[in-house]
Amino acid sequence: MAEDSETKKVFDAEAAASLMKELRGTYASGKTRSYEWRVAQLKNLMKIVDDHEKDILDAIRADLSKPEQESYIAEISIIKSSCTRALGELNRWMKPEKVKTSITTFPSSAEIVSEPLGVVLIIGAWNFPLLLALDPAIGAIAAGNAVVLKPSELCPATSSLIAKLVGKYLDSSCIKVVEGAVAETSALLEQKWDKIFFTGSGRVGRIVMAAAAKHLTPVALELGGKCPVVVDSDINLPVAIRRIAGGKWASNNGQACIAPDYIVTTKDFAPKLIDALKHELEAWYGKDPLESKDLAHIVNSNHFARLAKLLDDDKVSGKIIHGGQRDKANLKFAPTILLDVPEDSLVMNEEIFGPLLPILTVDKLEDSFDMITSRGKPLAAYLFTNNKKLKEKFVKTVSAGGLVINDTVLHFAEKTLPFGGVGESGMGSYHGKFSYEAFSHRKSVLYRGFAGDASARYPPYSDRKLKLLKALLSGSVVGVILALIGWS
Amino acid sequence: MAEIENLEPDLEELRESYRSGKTKEASWRKSQLKGLLTLLKEQEKDIFKALEQDLGKHYAESYRDEVGTLTKSVNLALSSLKDWMSSRKAKLPIATFPSTAEVFPEPLGLVLIISSWNFPFGLSLEPVIGAIAAGNSVVLKPSELAPASSSLLAKTIPTYLDKKAVKVIEGGAAVGEHLLRCKWDKIFFTGNPRVGRVVMTAAANHLTPVTLELGGKCPAIFDSFSSSWDKEMVIKRVLGGKFGACAGQACIAIDYILVQEGFAPTLLELLRNMTKKMFGENPRETKSMARIINKKHFLRLKNILDDPSVQSCIVHGGGVDEDNLFIEPTILMNPPLKASIMTDEIFGPLLPIITLKKIEDSIEFINSRPKALAIYVFTKNETLKRRIISETSSGSVTFNDAIIQYAADTIPFGGVGESGFGRYHGKFSFDTFTHEKAILRRSLLTEFWFRFPPWNDFKLALTKSAYRFDYFEFLLVLLGLKKNS
Repeated sequence: MAEDSETKKVFDAEAAASLMKELRGTYASGKTRSYEWRVAQLKNLMKIVDDHEKDILDAIRADLSKPEQESYIAEISIIKSSCTRALGELNRWMKPEKVKTSITTFPSSAEIVSEPLGVVLIIGAWNFPLLLALDPAIGAIAAGNAVVLKPSELCPATSSLIAKLVGKYLDSSCIKVVEGAVAETSALLEQKWDKIFFTGSGRVGRIVMAAAAKHLTPVALELGGKCPVVVDSDINLPVAIRRIAGGKWASNNGQACIAPDYIVTTKDFAPKLIDALKHELEAWYGKDPLESKDLAHIVNSNHFARLAKLLDDDKVSGKIIHGGQRDKANLKFAPTILLDVPEDSLVMNEEIFGPLLPILTVDKLEDSFDMITSRGKPLAAYLFTNNKKLKEKFVKTVSAGGLVINDTVLHFAEKTLPFGGVGESGMGSYHGKFSYEAFSHRKSVLYRGFAGDASARYPPYSDRKLKLLKALLSGSVVGVILALIGWS
Repeated sequence: MAEIENLEPDLEELRESYRSGKTKEASWRKSQLKGLLTLLKEQEKDIFKALEQDLGKHYAESYRDEVGTLTKSVNLALSSLKDWMSSRKAKLPIATFPSTAEVFPEPLGLVLIISSWNFPFGLSLEPVIGAIAAGNSVVLKPSELAPASSSLLAKTIPTYLDKKAVKVIEGGAAVGEHLLRCKWDKIFFTGNPRVGRVVMTAAANHLTPVTLELGGKCPAIFDSFSSSWDKEMVIKRVLGGKFGACAGQACIAIDYILVQEGFAPTLLELLRNMTKKMFGENPRETKSMARIINKKHFLRLKNILDDPSVQSCIVHGGGVDEDNLFIEPTILMNPPLKASIMTDEIFGPLLPIITLKKIEDSIEFINSRPKALAIYVFTKNETLKRRIISETSSGSVTFNDAIIQYAADTIPFGGVGESGFGRYHGKFSFDTFTHEKAILRRSLLTEFWFRFPPWNDFKLALTKSAYRFDYFEFLLVLLGLKKNS
């Protein structure tokens, strides 16, 4: 191990260029195109998670002190199910899609053929370090691309494990892992990729897109936002509370892009809601949450300080109604509830990404919908209600990457739904077939016959030709016949 | 020409229109599309006149390439709108019963459409159709290089469409730069890669998604044909796809031809004869071919021809008329590959023929160059067809014709690599201006309690089998009949 770090070269612009050259060569050889190659890689990816489950859980725990069950549910099992789905569907996904053609192009037939984009870059995030590197990779590989993965440097144990296992199990002539931080990522971003898939913050998302713009590289950006939870009074409260608490604190202690950021409820209902939340929190994490083994830690001291600052903000003093305990040395932060913080407080003006949960109260819930959308479109928005009208209004007026009615975060696991943001929360989507499409170019193919041609298309032009053109473009068979008859 | 200071009130009005929710209503969208249809019908003569002024196009060409395709697209949008606007149900596994999932198409908000000068109506309004059908507020910035068309659009759009939600802002680079500094929910750009980079860089500041419809050198691979019927048909299509498409000034015009050296003399003969037949002795007078857009592009093309190593390759045409910005249909045989005629997109009526030893060598030729918007292959050889599809990459591939894929609305129209990304036409236009919002509806009646902490091995075992959708194993674990999984 010591020898490795001593002889480790810096990954600079030159290294990035030579990496790209190598991958372009392998991609051009056509190796990644075959069904067999793609299936072999996906099967081996599956083996990584199957055979090294313990190593993976250990690494994630070393990096994030995440409870094992959380890592299993949120990372390992999702990778497994993504692989399984890709393996089961790949044949279908790879088939060209036949489409109808109209009289305008008669006689013709057409299809849409999926092809890989080429050499793609996937940049992962630190909060679900295995998932957010490998899940997009599944799509990229299934689509037949050569891939470079750049896992988050904030999770060094996981990053290094990914590099080791990918190097061992997957075809390293086509799939590579580059570890590193800002310098290495910048070197990578200077290269011309056929697609960049980025998960992370909006600030870095802008940098990635600007770098991509130099090469006209399409990007998918999975960013974040303040995901609101609107809670109505007429609901099954125990179930709702568990789902809200689960989406917040059982998801990496609030450090998830789709974790509920804040709650909006009515002034009347708030006391009941708060009471139920407090009880559930105690049942889950005990009287002293800092002692609980079921709560993930804050990723590093920077983020810890950021969260502490949100609580120490003058504007929220006196609004903290539960929790607030922290342990700086061990990066532990207890679930904390705040009530009716001012709209201009720090905690309401940035994505929290932590265990603080502000609750805002309003007179009528519908009044909050505008406020929600004025804050920039989040990655997800949640509504708990049995009121059909409220549901429909929510769906129509609240724009977000995805919506969940009567639950939180779960849409992430539904592979038949596209997962992605809109506006500030990002662009592009993935999961299931959407992952395959995210890394594919859908090429139109038109086959034209020789049976006949409207000379009306060509010069020299005339009024009669114009009549026929009008009929042809209108798609009207009768019109075409009439125009032809009128033409002697 | 719009004053830059005056733009903000316009933009605010557009945002307000969107916020009011009116553009989301099906009735509003329909009325706007119908307005476009009426515009195309009532203003047809003026549109022809503007195109003749800007580009010297014959009205039949204008109808075929712009007014006609737009009319077709608006009609398609009107008849499909209800279908396009409806949510799409997504299948869910039994384990999630009684949940339901769907994808709900919603507009992005305020979108900017920047179009180019070669098909100033077509490339402006085709994306506008999609943007309106998808329920957005729209700003259209037509190209200032086609001033008559730009001005006609600026005059007619406010008359036929809702001027508070759809605006035309005229101007050149300065206006374009100012518009790009604003925050849009989507930018749709048609033009060249240099400006495409500028657009995407500006969009990155606001995390605005973009569609870039760029260009490239679209090759036409010409295999040998034995039947004279076939030969005549494809030759017409080749010439229509070059000189007949705005004098070659089209992103999907045939840029150059690749042919097996043995067949080249026959091909050249056919091309020459048919060129004379189709375009006549005086193509500028008969308007059988458009003229060059402006002096700058005229000189660019003239310079290409003036290069001695290129000039010596001219085998047909070559005549230029600077006063009238007209260049004859010109064919060249094997100009040097390093000359700009073969390194840059020609965008004009110069047609190089490049000969190869074997027609299959065209695959390597194409692959060593940036990905084009379209590849054309004229052949009856099924093996060659399959090889082109699987061994090359381009926006699209069309066999035995050219340009016509533009009129098909069941296949997406867009580029890859240097030729751009994103796509439109037909439903793809609607989709390009839409956010597909995922919606999961869950019931509060049932619960998988093992989803939540405090954690223990039992819960983990249940979760593992649930994720595998192994219902039987799930049951066993639940009943305590199985420990590990």
